[in-house]
Amino acid sequence: MRLVVEGLACRRGARLLFEGLGFNLESGRALIVTGPNGTGKSSLLRILAGLSEPAAGRLRLEGAAEPEDFAEGIHYLGHLDAHKAALSAEENLSFWRAMLGRPALTVGEAMEEVGLGGLGGLPVAVLSAGQKRRLALARLLVAERPLWLLDEPTTALDVAAQARFAALARAHVEKGGMIVAATHAPLDLGPSDALDLGARRPASPIAAVVA
Amino acid sequence: MSRAFLALLQRDLRLAIRAGGGAGLGVVFFLAVVVVTPFAIGPDLALLARIGPAILWIGALLASLIGLDRLFAADAEDGSLDVMSMLELPLELIAAAKGLAHWIATGLPLVIAAPVLSLLLNLQPASIGALTLTLLVGTPAITFLGLIGAAFAAAFRRGGLLVAVLVMPLTIPVLIFAVAATGTALGGTVPFGTPFRILAGLSLAAMVLGPIAAAAALRATRD
Repeated sequence: MRLVVEGLACRRGARLLFEGLGFNLESGRALIVTGPNGTGKSSLLRILAGLSEPAAGRLRLEGAAEPEDFAEGIHYLGHLDAHKAALSAEENLSFWRAMLGRPALTVGEAMEEVGLGGLGGLPVAVLSAGQKRRLALARLLVAERPLWLLDEPTTALDVAAQARFAALARAHVEKGGMIVAATHAPLDLGPSDALDLGARRPASPIAAVVA
Repeated sequence: MSRAFLALLQRDLRLAIRAGGGAGLGVVFFLAVVVVTPFAIGPDLALLARIGPAILWIGALLASLIGLDRLFAADAEDGSLDVMSMLELPLELIAAAKGLAHWIATGLPLVIAAPVLSLLLNLQPASIGALTLTLLVGTPAITFLGLIGAAFAAAFRRGGLLVAVLVMPLTIPVLIFAVAATGTALGGTVPFGTPFRILAGLSLAAMVLGPIAAAAALRATRD
């Protein structure tokens, strides 16, 4: 499988965030997107997820059933955790497991993996910010998706949880998965490329994906 | 796909029942409208029996709109809507599942409460039967038409009143034929079936068109 992005441009209001962005992401590799605030990291991920329309450019997932419309092959983890505070951690996770389809780990296994074992019965309202983030990461594990789009995945996580998450992400990449992660923290996600959106302000639209 | 539909239905019902879900709010509002009316109109039993069905229907219409503004807005605010719009389950069916859950949580209790509240307005048994039947068939139309307003409320954020303003005009045909059908129970030349069938048709059309329009609105307004 291969994610191919060609000539992508993103406009927010009157401001052009980036243009002429192109890269290929092969199976078994991760792409780390960095850059100062407001350079379009989140916008890029939303475009890749099909949640917003690019101002220009095309993207496709070669090897997917529908290369042009591949939202079903994506796990999208944005700033928001997509939990319901009134439901328990377990109820939230089993809801997403049923919704997402193509099940992978069971709810219990996924909770163990992210270090939330034994907390499943608690309502999400009483979990800490870091625990909520862990629960959101557990969503990635309960359903099978080749491409993970992660927006600041390690926000609010402690050092041990960050390492644990990095290990889970590396395992996904090793199995032939793909990850595009926007981050400020240094993340070791296995064999990866880097994309610095800060260096790609529209004034200097040079194609540059540093290997 | 049907598994996802059922999972969403179950989650929304669970959220409606849990604290702060507001499932009982519609019935309480309905009760308030119906209880207050006889005090305002006075102890004219004949008049109450004649206008009772209309009052019950207005109460049910307004009660059905309660909570619609949060239907998609809550999911948009916590990020659930983003994840949901990337599923195999199309957005139209997601809207339909949420609409169905909302009707079971707020519409169905109104139908069940209506026969009891009818007694307060001196309705005859025949009228009570006709009214309950029209509520059962008509309230889904209001909920599913309401999905359209609910989808816009999610985009505009604070859209509480907006839903009522957007949805109310669309529900007027439902109100007209539902009250007309109930009125035939008191006599007249038109049989019950004539307005009732139109009401059923309106309801079926709303159940198909509401989710489609709501999904289109959600797609058009997401950034």
